[in-house]
Amino acid sequence: MNLKLRVWRQKNAESQGRLVDYELKDVSPEYSFLEMLDLLNEKLMREGELPVAFDHDCREGICGMCGLMINGVAHGPKAAVTACQLHMRNFHDGDTIVIEPWRATAFPIIKDLVVNRTAFDRIIQAAGYISVSTGSAPEANNTPIAKTEADLAMDAAACIGCGACVAACPNSSAMLFTAAKASHLALMPQGQPERYDRAVLMVNAMDEEGFGGCTNIGECEAVCPKEISLDFIAQLNRDLIKASFMGAGKRL
Amino acid sequence: MATSTSTSVKTMPTFMEATLDAHVPDGPIEEMWDKHKFEMKLVNPANKRKHTIIVVGSGLAGGSAAASFAELGYNVHCFCYQDSPRRAHSVAAQGGINAAKNYQNDGDSVFRLFYDTVKGGDYRAREANVYRLAQISNQIIDQCVAQGVPFAREYGGRLANRSFGGAQVSRTFYARGQTGQQLLLGAYQALARQIESGGVKMHPRTEMLDLVVVDGHARGIVTRDMVTGKIESHVADVVVMATGGYSNVFYLSTNAKGCNATAIWRAYKRGAFFANPCYTQIHPTCIPVSGEYQSKLTLMSESLRNDGRIWVPRQKGDTRKAADIPESERYYYLEERYPSFGNLVPRDVASRAAKEVVDSGHGVGELKNGVYLDFADAINRLGENVIRDRYGNLFDMYANITGEDPYKVPMRIYPALHYTMGGLWVDYNLQSTVPGLFVLGEANFSDHGANRLGASALMQGLSDGYFIAPATVSNYIAQTSLSKVDASHSAFQQAEEEVVNRVNRLLNIRGRRSVDEIHRELGKIMWEYCGMGRTEAGLKKALELIPALREEFWQNASIPGDADDLNQTLEKAGRVADFLELGELLCRDALDRAESCGGHFREESQTEDGEALRDDENFAYVAAWQYAGDDAEPILNKEPLKFDYVKLTQRSYK
Amino acid sequence: MSVATGVIMLPRTSIGKKVIMAITGLIWVGFVTFHMYGNLKILAGAEYFNAYAEGLRSLGAPIFGHGHLLFVARLVLIFSLLSHIWAAVTLAMQARGARPRNYALKKSVQATFASLYIRWGGIALFFFVLYHLAHLTWGVPGINNHFIPGNPYNNVVMGFSSGPAIVFYYVALIALSLHLYHGVWSMFQTLGLNSKEYSSMIRLLALALAVVVPLGFAIPPLAVVLGIVTL
Repeated sequence: MNLKLRVWRQKNAESQGRLVDYELKDVSPEYSFLEMLDLLNEKLMREGELPVAFDHDCREGICGMCGLMINGVAHGPKAAVTACQLHMRNFHDGDTIVIEPWRATAFPIIKDLVVNRTAFDRIIQAAGYISVSTGSAPEANNTPIAKTEADLAMDAAACIGCGACVAACPNSSAMLFTAAKASHLALMPQGQPERYDRAVLMVNAMDEEGFGGCTNIGECEAVCPKEISLDFIAQLNRDLIKASFMGAGKRL
Repeated sequence: MATSTSTSVKTMPTFMEATLDAHVPDGPIEEMWDKHKFEMKLVNPANKRKHTIIVVGSGLAGGSAAASFAELGYNVHCFCYQDSPRRAHSVAAQGGINAAKNYQNDGDSVFRLFYDTVKGGDYRAREANVYRLAQISNQIIDQCVAQGVPFAREYGGRLANRSFGGAQVSRTFYARGQTGQQLLLGAYQALARQIESGGVKMHPRTEMLDLVVVDGHARGIVTRDMVTGKIESHVADVVVMATGGYSNVFYLSTNAKGCNATAIWRAYKRGAFFANPCYTQIHPTCIPVSGEYQSKLTLMSESLRNDGRIWVPRQKGDTRKAADIPESERYYYLEERYPSFGNLVPRDVASRAAKEVVDSGHGVGELKNGVYLDFADAINRLGENVIRDRYGNLFDMYANITGEDPYKVPMRIYPALHYTMGGLWVDYNLQSTVPGLFVLGEANFSDHGANRLGASALMQGLSDGYFIAPATVSNYIAQTSLSKVDASHSAFQQAEEEVVNRVNRLLNIRGRRSVDEIHRELGKIMWEYCGMGRTEAGLKKALELIPALREEFWQNASIPGDADDLNQTLEKAGRVADFLELGELLCRDALDRAESCGGHFREESQTEDGEALRDDENFAYVAAWQYAGDDAEPILNKEPLKFDYVKLTQRSYK
Repeated sequence: MSVATGVIMLPRTSIGKKVIMAITGLIWVGFVTFHMYGNLKILAGAEYFNAYAEGLRSLGAPIFGHGHLLFVARLVLIFSLLSHIWAAVTLAMQARGARPRNYALKKSVQATFASLYIRWGGIALFFFVLYHLAHLTWGVPGINNHFIPGNPYNNVVMGFSSGPAIVFYYVALIALSLHLYHGVWSMFQTLGLNSKEYSSMIRLLALALAVVVPLGFAIPPLAVVLGIVTL
């Protein structure tokens, strides 16, 4: 099939970007969206232009590296997949496809469609872990965890940190990402000792990065390639309120 | 080979076929590691922060090592090419991680895990390392559970297990089909904690482009900041590399697009020996290639073989739909040929069997390039919900890629390049032949012999990173007195200059062929002549084709853009240039090893049944290749393999 | 980084601001529901309705003096409203700062109109409240020229004798309905009272309030227009 592409081109963080139109012919419906971009880049290089920079790595939907706003929807029109797992059979001959980077102050553009998502790492660094140094763990089966609880924790832990939630949110909020990690750990017995400190520290870090607040619109959940539930946001809210009453989160 | 990179001329000991000492401690294998740990020197806690350790790679091995070093008090710098350490390709491991917990009371033990791994590796691994791996396996599970890894549970709240290829016990721990992701997040969170506390300085989007050796010791690396293009030296007391495998030399593999061999190849050129490069693993359950354009292959976890039955039509060239083929005309070739292991034979055996039936005309799918993996029986027996609970995400992934619903029609699968058992040679301490350079995880060659069993890679990466390297690296630091060196040292200056020159050289080729195109061509040569079946004639042919292609690359590759900017083509080109050299070494090793073992199948060496036939008399050794200059042939060093605990037998899974 | 923790510091976090919105919103949900119920008394005639209005002033007697509890209630409502607005404005500014440049093309996948435009609805409701006070509480000349202090029955009937007043009122009810629909659900979510099991029940409650409260409010003006309620 033949496509019209409108792709965001921006040389670097400082420069002004713009949408540039390209025509791409003979795209097979079997291509993944990123293979379609590979094809575009080969064409651009043949024509002496610079290829479009875009992040990608595993191309099987788990590393969270790829992230594109495709026709106004994070990761494109198919629910519950990343851009690399989106196949061109979801488009039609003659379609115009607008491709933009994630847009958020906390995710500054590096080049073209590549953004800097280290803000997410800093949220995890704030307290998104269980403090257990190597070697200090007890026998694994000492603490039973109900299957339903473990499954729920796994639902939250499935987050790949791609940033689609922020990209899709009208407020550019990182609540779904933050809540997924906080809930994963809060749902497990191992995570209890630091549970309320974690809630306070992660929410503080999230706010400091310049993300917006959550207004419970739910676009994040709808575009999340791992279908992380809004329930985890409620869980984080609950933990933060309780943590505030406890005065948790003080660290030396 | 003037077309290759310019490297300073180094003097090296030029001994032929020298015997390598793996520094395996004395004594009974059960006590070896404990005894060794006791005998190792320790570093005073107050002195640890004065020592800097560089960790290249942030996957299971690198991430866990960096975090563990920092917990001990060392000053750690960790590098990864991704934008976050959480994205290292360990994230994609699906099936699980082995441990000898024997929670299922089915007869497992440390010794059995050790035995299975040595046997699964077709008796080409070092016994002492494998035994230690089996011992540590249990601690890994404890550590990961304590970190909050949400492993699958039974209703009673205890950890669940499943079985995996190459074993008759259920010893695999798993977190749905995302075990690698969850284990990596555990290591990443431990790393994040150390970054926050200042113990680790993380350098994402930074690529290691050279190793710096001063006075015979690894003292640092030269990196390129992938955003600004800045070339920079980093000095340390120890360099730890955990940069993964080199499957992407085949272009199409299950590895991430960015996975590369540049770090280990640069280390090889600085004096680290490269062991068993020809041991590559072809994974039996991947989605078949669907066309020329394809950029990568997607793995379907081997755990699917627990419940799926593999078959092809008995009749060659059968074009009927799977559902229309009656039971009597289905050839369940693994179940028939290997009645005791059935669909759970090791990866190399399953892969070759698939190749055989496809080559002989039984292939299924439009391109006749796959075999069926059928869940109909399991769905009938257990119900769709149970199957969905076990494999839901894999089924969704399959449906996404192929447009077919695996709950209704059988999956189509075919083997693909997945893992490389070969890597930099390391001794028992995981130290390479360059003192101060330690190599962990898939990047080293150590534990899997000629074939890795499923769910063992995660185990090895974490064993190396959490438990082995922290002990052995400390021992090295305690025993070694290093001169004070900074980035102005001539060795660093020279390495930086070489890196800059190489980058400029790539940008100045200004040819006409895209880097991907050349990489694809290399992949085709590798798959054709050095894939699942290898012959002397084919390998010799590959050894002619690869240097010619390398020449073509340096004459005619098209690499637009600048050096001081995010330039993904430039990154790719540097990696492909290294693959074009590594591919040659791989074929050379495959040619030299005129036996079949594990993933290395020389067609000249097979049993009457077409199984891999080892030649223990002549090849029971580790082949460790030593770089001797761009224009010289590499030197083969050998580490003889002794088997004191496992009896060498022809593997049989019948 | 100085960590905001403890109840006093809660408003410094984005979640804390939303907690303020939830609690103050809850107060106002209670108020509008009660207000709607009171309004319906107009159907029972002038005497009953005016007695009810006067009765509001003697709420809490004899412990509270005449009009004292009503005064307290008004203070609470005003404080709640101002807090609600403060939190909404700061969150809106935070959101605006969080995206430096809008997408050239942006589609919503599942978002309701109510959730996407709740801020605009809030602004509309704020101005309506001012108008509404001028119209029926203060009797500002030009807005309600037939205002008689102490006779709310008269004021309502005369107030809804003008077409524009009814239009304003009904537009505001639509805004109120949308605000309640997203606000009530959002309140549960923000206070962490939502979960998979209860989510659909909470949605239903929000829907019920969003329908019943505005419908109840809609009856008195309609009754005036239809001549059921007359002077």
